[in-house]
Amino acid sequence: MRVVIAEDAVLLREGLAGLLERFGHSVVAQVGDAPALVAAVGEHRPDAVVTDVRMPPGFADEGLRAALELRARDPHLAVLVLSQYVEQTYAAELLESGDGAGIGYLLKDRIGDVREFVEALDRVAGGGTVVDPEVVRQLLRRRRDPLARLTPREQQVLGLIAEGRTNASIAKELFVTEAAVAKHIANIFAKLDLPPESDGHRRVLAVLAYLR
Amino acid sequence: MLDRTALEALTQRPMTFLGSAWPWRSAAYLLGSAVPGVAAVAVALATVALATVPLGLLAVPVVLALSVPLVAWFERRRLRLVDGVPLPEVPDRRRREAGVAIMTVLALWWIDLIMLAFTVAGPVVLILSPVVQPTTAWQIATAASVAGVLLLPVAAYTITAWGGARGAMVRAVLAPQGSELAEVLRSRARLVDAFEVERRRIERDLHDGAQQRLVSLSMTLGLARLDLPDDSSAAQLVGRAHGEAKQALAELRELIRGVHSQVLTDRGLGAAVRDVAGRSPVPVDVRVELDGRLPAPVEVTAYYVVSEALANLAKHSRATAAAVTARVEGGTLVVEVYDDGVGGADPGGGTGLTGLADRLSVVGGRLSLSSPAGGPTLIRVEIPCG
Repeated sequence: MRVVIAEDAVLLREGLAGLLERFGHSVVAQVGDAPALVAAVGEHRPDAVVTDVRMPPGFADEGLRAALELRARDPHLAVLVLSQYVEQTYAAELLESGDGAGIGYLLKDRIGDVREFVEALDRVAGGGTVVDPEVVRQLLRRRRDPLARLTPREQQVLGLIAEGRTNASIAKELFVTEAAVAKHIANIFAKLDLPPESDGHRRVLAVLAYLR
Repeated sequence: MLDRTALEALTQRPMTFLGSAWPWRSAAYLLGSAVPGVAAVAVALATVALATVPLGLLAVPVVLALSVPLVAWFERRRLRLVDGVPLPEVPDRRRREAGVAIMTVLALWWIDLIMLAFTVAGPVVLILSPVVQPTTAWQIATAASVAGVLLLPVAAYTITAWGGARGAMVRAVLAPQGSELAEVLRSRARLVDAFEVERRRIERDLHDGAQQRLVSLSMTLGLARLDLPDDSSAAQLVGRAHGEAKQALAELRELIRGVHSQVLTDRGLGAAVRDVAGRSPVPVDVRVELDGRLPAPVEVTAYYVVSEALANLAKHSRATAAAVTARVEGGTLVVEVYDDGVGGADPGGGTGLTGLADRLSVVGGRLSLSSPAGGPTLIRVEIPCG
């Protein structure tokens, strides 16, 4: 996979590039600010972008805005956004772009769990959605009517879907069979009024319902 | 309690008041009007006597203009007799002093003298009636004397009341109402701004420093684990170190969140309130209806209020549901935090609510609270946006 990395802290940027290359990805460009990121994506046409939120020149949310801009131009570009803190507001903004397919939003802490981090990037590049468990936890505490119809178990399953897990991985986490997970998921889709014809996409739609 | 002005002294108990220096000070204050009064009459007579009538009329405004600083100085000095509160410095001092000069020359001096004449001369004449009117029967003369003595305390009250009222008028012209208070509020607002700037700096330093290093450390430890066989003791130690690093990151993140909210700066009140509500252990319904951004001090204060209120209700209210609403009504931001808990929140009890009220007063905001025992609790906050 060809990746562009945007991160202003040099130490972290180099480390991230080394890590991805170790897992067989090629880092085609490393940049330190948002305008350079947009330029690098235009030049290299990468498969995925990994970007920090807070970058020069303003040290506010330039990275996030650049990610949204890139997605607006090319809804199929996979973007994994990393940040020192995660907020549901930013998660919602990211997932609104291109229906949330090929979007990831993780705490920088997760880089340390190297294997899981690289898997998350793979899932995003494959069109999946990955939302940090921290955001999921925030959302679970919110009182939201369509979600109130879900049982606690179904809410749990939906949370794991939002983290980008597969049915097998969810089954393992909850110590149940995959068939049981599939049944929970079918119930979730039904309760959230997600139409069956949008099948492959329903997991993403469920996560979006969760975030709005 | 020590009274600072003659008007405050009037509310003392009669014996205390009559025994105090205030009636004498007020009398001295009013008697002072004789000095410029005599001077003014002398100047007027001199002008008329020395010059022809048209020239004299012309001289009156000139003399008045020249005497303004002198009159103002005189009024400032004698104001201390009835008003112990220092006068604040005001920018338009000259204009105000001219106002005092005109007011005193045209009216106050003469009223002072008439007041003194009636209140003091009346009783004195009555008391001295056996002497000044030897022809009247001694019974009537004695009765008049007694009445005069009885009128003296009344005179003390009248004199002090007029002295105090006159002092208040002079003060009102020399220094506008609330000018001191406004300056205190401004300086407090500056202090809060300075704190806010400092908090941002601390947040940025932690973000760019300790946090980045901990992320790098955590990544390095994660990579090290990959190279170690899973069952080795080195892998276990590295795993433990990795866990510690992640814990440190989580704690640091919570700390930084308390120092300064970056979402508030980037996206405004609505987003920041939704995010703080998302972290509350009690489910919170958020309804923020705002068009665009509000001034930074308003946003920061409102965010602080909501954070504190949610933290308080999570700790004490035993609520199962809460709601936060925010909207602008006629140039005022209205924020309400509602919970269905046990109620009984006491503004005097904890420091939480008092802290909120203090913080609000800096931006001219108000807090009202309804929290009957048994609940529910509603905190309403109004902050002017202008």
